[in-house]
Amino acid sequence: MKELSLNILDITENSVKAGASLTSIIIEEKGTKLTLTIEDDGKGMSEEILRGVTDPFYTTRTTRKVGLGLPLLKLAAEQSGGEMKITSRSIEDDPENHGTKVTAVFYKDSIDFTPLGDVVSTILTLIQGHPDTDFLFRHTIEDSGEKDVSVEMDTRELREALGEDVPLNEYEVIKWIEGYLYEQYSDPEDE
Amino acid sequence: MKSLAELQKIKEKMKDKVVLREGTGDIRVVVGMATCGIAAGARPVLNEFVKDVSEEGLSDKVTVSQTGCIGICQYEPVVEVFEAGKDKVTYVKMNSDKAKEVVERHLKGGKVIEEYTIGAYQV
Repeated sequence: MKELSLNILDITENSVKAGASLTSIIIEEKGTKLTLTIEDDGKGMSEEILRGVTDPFYTTRTTRKVGLGLPLLKLAAEQSGGEMKITSRSIEDDPENHGTKVTAVFYKDSIDFTPLGDVVSTILTLIQGHPDTDFLFRHTIEDSGEKDVSVEMDTRELREALGEDVPLNEYEVIKWIEGYLYEQYSDPEDE
Repeated sequence: MKSLAELQKIKEKMKDKVVLREGTGDIRVVVGMATCGIAAGARPVLNEFVKDVSEEGLSDKVTVSQTGCIGICQYEPVVEVFEAGKDKVTYVKMNSDKAKEVVERHLKGGKVIEEYTIGAYQV
């Protein structure tokens, strides 16, 4: 993958396929460290499946849908000197509190760090494809040597404002979200 | 500064349009968005279709959606066009420029662009 934002798009698709009603995508940049957390309330995975998901050659019929996405994210994290962790609680084991959490740490000063790329485009693509599930997106940049950045968007709030009849992937809404996000990137002080 | 109040305006504006759109959409454009497609560049292709279909005023008859792996990863980004009563068209090795052309010549003009289809690559 040429950009981390493409890994984010890919991994978040897993969350949606796992039946998540809410998926959070949190990017925290502090100095040279970038921490990415993708957490969902989908059906989760059993311990056995979880053990195999980062091995590209561990592919049985039940886990085939996991594929290469997680191994690629793990590779991207590790080649920058970071790591990836994944925890999950399956709906069978815990019907009340299930879901999957992927955390990946990257070091931006590594020569093998994959640039984050166009995160806004990833978020818009997710909403376009899955207008009925919710996404929480937060991106903060601190101690970068430039102005701090704090961007946040919760589709549950947008959905409430739009009412039931207008889907989130209506083109005008997508355009609005794009502007809403870019505005937060350019005027970090203006909350 | 953008505010949620603007979304309410969009909601008001959409009221009549939404009703009108029910039951239409006889052309379906499906973009493969699995790991293979994303890695090969499907994201800008999808976004180009979404943008052009809307800006060309085709939203009433064309819907753009995403799917998983279509099974021909070496040809990604892959775009399938389904139209009632016609054979499925599979465009391969797409990019946003080709997507723009497909909207213009195929979705709007009704002519399949043969040289971008899988048939042209398999010969």
